Amino acid sequence: MGRKLLLEKANIPGIRTYDVYRANGGYTALEKAFKMAPADIVEEVKKSGLRGRGGAGFPTGMKWSFLARPEGVPRYLVCNADESEPGTFKDRYLMEFLPHLFVEGLVISSFALGANTTYIYIRGEYAWIVDILETAIAEAKAAGWLGKNILGSGFDCEIYVQRGAGAYICGEETALLESLEGKRGNPRIKPPFPAIKGLWDCPTVVNNVETLAAVVPIIEIGGEEYARIGMGRSTGTKLISACGNINKPGIYEIDMTISVEEFIYSEEFCGGIPNGKRLKACIPGGSSVPILPANLLLTTAKGEKRMMTYESLADGGFATGSMMGSGGFIVLDEDQCVVRHTLTLARFYRHESCGQCSPCREGTGWMEKILNNIEYGKGKMSDIDLLWDIQAKIEGNTICPLGDAAAWPVAAAIRHFRDEFEWHVLNPDEAQKANFGLRHYADPIHVATA
Amino acid sequence: MARYPDGKQKSALIPVLHIAQEENAGWLSAEAMDYVAELLSLKPIEVYEVATFYSMYNLKPVGKYLFEVCQTGPCMLNGSDDIIAYIKEKLNIGVGETTADGLFTLKTVECLGACGYAPMMQLGKFYKEHLTREKVDALIAECRTVAAANN
Ligand SMILES: Cc1cc2nc3c(=O)[nH]c(=O)nc-3n(C[C@H](O)[C@H](O)[C@H](O)COP(=O)(O)O)c2cc1C
Ligand code: SF4
Ligand code: FES
Repeated sequence: MGRKLLLEKANIPGIRTYDVYRANGGYTALEKAFKMAPADIVEEVKKSGLRGRGGAGFPTGMKWSFLARPEGVPRYLVCNADESEPGTFKDRYLMEFLPHLFVEGLVISSFALGANTTYIYIRGEYAWIVDILETAIAEAKAAGWLGKNILGSGFDCEIYVQRGAGAYICGEETALLESLEGKRGNPRIKPPFPAIKGLWDCPTVVNNVETLAAVVPIIEIGGEEYARIGMGRSTGTKLISACGNINKPGIYEIDMTISVEEFIYSEEFCGGIPNGKRLKACIPGGSSVPILPANLLLTTAKGEKRMMTYESLADGGFATGSMMGSGGFIVLDEDQCVVRHTLTLARFYRHESCGQCSPCREGTGWMEKILNNIEYGKGKMSDIDLLWDIQAKIEGNTICPLGDAAAWPVAAAIRHFRDEFEWHVLNPDEAQKANFGLRHYADPIHVATA
Repeated sequence: MARYPDGKQKSALIPVLHIAQEENAGWLSAEAMDYVAELLSLKPIEVYEVATFYSMYNLKPVGKYLFEVCQTGPCMLNGSDDIIAYIKEKLNIGVGETTADGLFTLKTVECLGACGYAPMMQLGKFYKEHLTREKVDALIAECRTVAAANN
């Protein structure tokens, strides 16, 4: 059993309520933090090696130390709870079942950054979670962990929950800030970065829910101890939301020392693939990261076991690797169609493009249309090359990374499953009734025995 | 409003539009949006711009019960296509349409953050997860019963 830092107490009945959380050691990290200097908290987070859990994996301590601190200007902490990357549903779990862990992390982080006002920007669809958070905030405030002069420190802090209204792009940090200001979620051109000019032009830190919750165990056990968990630069624990064709979909906390194979097949985690089917492919870090065929998923191109770490998942670059991303782990069994799956993602990105840059606005629509043709038996062989060209023209040519996020899944699908696309084009009638299955593997597919 | 600094009342726009939609039978009419503009001292165009950007705002009337079924990859892998087809057949409407009795509207949406509990839909404030044909039958029956009792 790996070490659990975030979900250790998740199964205690009533842990959602203040009294039970407190009785089980809740808010002791906050007490400890308020005896420290804010700069020392930032230092602990730096030592922990914690990397942002929202997808980009940027070191949190470093981000915090970039925050501008001009005199007389308020600073803000904004928690990104927009969670809309397909395959990702871990922040929801934390907020729904461990709201006080999250609030405790928010208060400690606000104190470390000197932010007297902190906003949680939550996707609008998580409407019932807003109530859970507001209850937790009110309970924390009544108990003196929030509000004016917390624990006699002279530090004031208020936390507000702001609902979005259905827009994946508002997960991008500058679009999120626009939305929080009451506007359309159009990403801003960077620089300036939010750390200098963020919410209402004030210095702002934007962090993911899981990132801020992880600050609690970091303070509890110390940054160094946290950094000892995991492998290499993948320190601490990571929440993985596992879905698709697996026996036990759900949220798992891993300590970043296990292999991908163990994660999929062991009873402790996904429990293997239903109905004795074989593994075809997997998108290991949310819809934006490259899809990998089973053989490259379980073993790197160098022939090493692929591990559930930032480094190992990315091993081989985009040619033969993928990314940890947001930890949205999507498994496809042998009966799934990669073309169809890619089409749903292309439709998603077309729908979610804010429309500011033409490569993204036009390119996502075009890719969806071509994929739709291929899937429904109206594709041409040249369409496959055309798709490749379009994705290549989007990548790197847009204001925000949504363009890349739309391009990568299409690129990886063609790179690794080109014969499945060709089969659709060559056998349009058959493709409406049957599935390509695992035919494209020249070598017998790796069947795990775990 | 106290949650925003002075002069930043525009930030209340998205939350206020949610309330306006709830109060206006689930959709935002031009009158509802104009009212919100006045309330927050904004130009109507600032409100329209926002209302048209976000997919949770309905700019056309919807049925009493809005079935918002997720159709993105992870849900598709677990049979969302079949659930959508079944609802269409059962209610005899297409996506984006409302039943003649004004009770149900079917909308397809993109990933709602419930991928591990697929297939799923949003119904009002809550999620209905692990959908099957039987669960859809039960939901429709329940909505009809509640609606009949309220009439
Ligand atoms: C299109 C797009 C969508 C994103 N969606 C989210 C999201 O839903 N949640 C999130 O935490 N980060 C999301 N991000 C990443 C944020 O821009 C930002 O990097 C993150 O919130 C920083 O927090 P972290 O350092 O704690 O990970 C998204 C980025 C892009 C480009
Ligand atoms: S890349 Fe797409 S989503 Fe990002 S700013 Fe440009 S058009 Fe908008
Ligand atoms: S794909 Fe349907 S909830 Fe995520």
